[in-house]
Amino acid sequence: MNNRINQLFESKKENIFSVYFTAGFPNLDDTVKIIQELEKNGADLIEIGMPFSDPTADGPTVQRSSEIALKNGMNLRLLFEQLKDIRKSVNIPLILMGYLNPVYQYGVEAFCRKCAEIGIDGTILPDLPLDEFEAEYRKYFEASNLHNILLITPQTSEKRIKQIDEASEGFIYMVSSSSTTGAGKKVEDFHVDYFERVQNMNLKNPRLIGFGISDHATFSNACKYAQGAIIGSAFVNAIKDSVNLEKDIATFVKSIDPGGKALL
Amino acid sequence: MKYQVNEKGYYGEFGGAWIPEMMYTNIEELKTRYLEIIEAEEFKSEFDKLMKDYVGRPSPLYYASRLSEHYGSKIFLKREDLNHTGSHKLNNTIGQILLAQKLGKTRIIAETGAGQHGVATATVCALKGIKCVVYMGALDVSRQAPNVKKMKMLGAEVVPVHSGNKTLKDATNEAMRDWINNPEDTHYIIGSVVGPHPYPDMVARFQSVISKEMRGQLLEQTGSELPTRVLACVGGGSNAAGAFYHFLDDEQVELIGVEAAGKGVDTDETAATLTVGSPGVLHSARTMLMQTEDGQIIEPYSISAGLDYPGIGPLHAHLHKTGRAKFLAATDEEVLQSVLLLTQKEGIIPALESAHALAALDKIKMNPDDVNVINLSGSGNKDMETYLNYFGY
Repeated sequence: MNNRINQLFESKKENIFSVYFTAGFPNLDDTVKIIQELEKNGADLIEIGMPFSDPTADGPTVQRSSEIALKNGMNLRLLFEQLKDIRKSVNIPLILMGYLNPVYQYGVEAFCRKCAEIGIDGTILPDLPLDEFEAEYRKYFEASNLHNILLITPQTSEKRIKQIDEASEGFIYMVSSSSTTGAGKKVEDFHVDYFERVQNMNLKNPRLIGFGISDHATFSNACKYAQGAIIGSAFVNAIKDSVNLEKDIATFVKSIDPGGKALL
Repeated sequence: MKYQVNEKGYYGEFGGAWIPEMMYTNIEELKTRYLEIIEAEEFKSEFDKLMKDYVGRPSPLYYASRLSEHYGSKIFLKREDLNHTGSHKLNNTIGQILLAQKLGKTRIIAETGAGQHGVATATVCALKGIKCVVYMGALDVSRQAPNVKKMKMLGAEVVPVHSGNKTLKDATNEAMRDWINNPEDTHYIIGSVVGPHPYPDMVARFQSVISKEMRGQLLEQTGSELPTRVLACVGGGSNAAGAFYHFLDDEQVELIGVEAAGKGVDTDETAATLTVGSPGVLHSARTMLMQTEDGQIIEPYSISAGLDYPGIGPLHAHLHKTGRAKFLAATDEEVLQSVLLLTQKEGIIPALESAHALAALDKIKMNPDDVNVINLSGSGNKDMETYLNYFGY
């Protein structure tokens, strides 16, 4: 089934600019503003982080933003409340990203229905592994036309990549290197052989590269090997002390210079 | 085999491997190879030899006559406190270091709360000449200073963790992040029956030496392999898993796990997961957790740094759910009184963790002919400062 994620990849084949931020950070009520400003400045896709107390796949930046967001009072119910009218002002695909437990407590089926109601297009839940997803949850996601995006890493075997490609809808999230999020990567740290190996596999799904994409150099380099890339920690850092989100988000996107429709 | 893990890594509805893809290759390798490795004759003989000559096993089963007289029932203590490094933790780390060598790993990481598992890991790394990094909550680093120094003297790097409440849960998060960042050369020695499958089963198997010895020792001393009941403290639950393991299918043996109530299960300062928790997913397992309605993990509290974990091993969640084991909780205050009682009745100073099992003796009904086995999982040496401050000696 087609949703906004599919439409994006059908209409744009390169330099897809995707941004992650943590909901409720830096301030509790910044969520909608950040989404609107990112779209205005040319983001193609947004990952809205649902903060969790124990983000084991994240580096220090997202750990810290999650901790502050929780202290600010963010939770899943409130996030849904903040997003309830988001489709009146925002057209690009929106993905919810976070850990399973808060979703599990909300109820996976109820969560999927709520996403459909609001107009969320996908989820990234790193600690919901493929076999558990297939066995228990796929039916709820499909009923809500919600794409659950799966990850691959430099260690993922060819056989497993094919299996993940088969099970994926929307796109595949390629983790750039063996690492948690952030971690200040340079272009030289990328596993180019892995990027090329996957590029040559002719997968049915498009790919976005994430983890360690922090500036123009890492973004444009990643875009050579995939349809686009995802920036997370660098963006979270850029807005952490912001008193003027409009200005700071514009400045940040300009520094990445993702090409295409942005800026100019 | 009703209480063993199934092929998917579940004990009933609890367990599994809820891992991010970044850990898939390592966990898959462990899952497919651990049984073949640890059941090989060569592995078993090396493990048994180290258990005997290095750890000092079998640990004695001691009939505590004055304590028995006090309670009016027969009480035996399984003396895991007499193991090398002062607790049951070495049983597991010996097993896992041998396994890590078979897997060709050259670097070991571990998390630790009280520091007992950290010391046990640093010890086996020294024994085998393997690089060792131990993650420890910054708060635990300051309240368990002697163990931190021991780990350093043993050659390990101790990394204080400043996130969250700076305790065991946060140390575990950081160890998992390390493994994600170092997937090729590193083996993660988890210290309890927690984490993704196959860890709960693997650690339980290494610790099961405790109940295997108990059966033989009980036969010799009481004429029957089976006691009336077995009591053990439970944080993650590794010593309890070891003490229960070979009695699980003997349903007439009562199994009692004792959690840390902290300042009371009706207060905010507790670590009694099964009393106050609900099902959820943390550290790659579906189990009982202390959490908010929104699914955020609640920081536990206990006077004992080894029991303040907001989850519990999936085996214990299952034993609780099925009623095969009964779980009680003991407060800090009750535990300290039990420490003093054992010290002055038997001349044995127990660890704070182990004294939770002792404290349960005041909470259960015992008949004079009952045979009660307490797993005395660790020595009180590491807790002397707490004891001296509290009792004022």
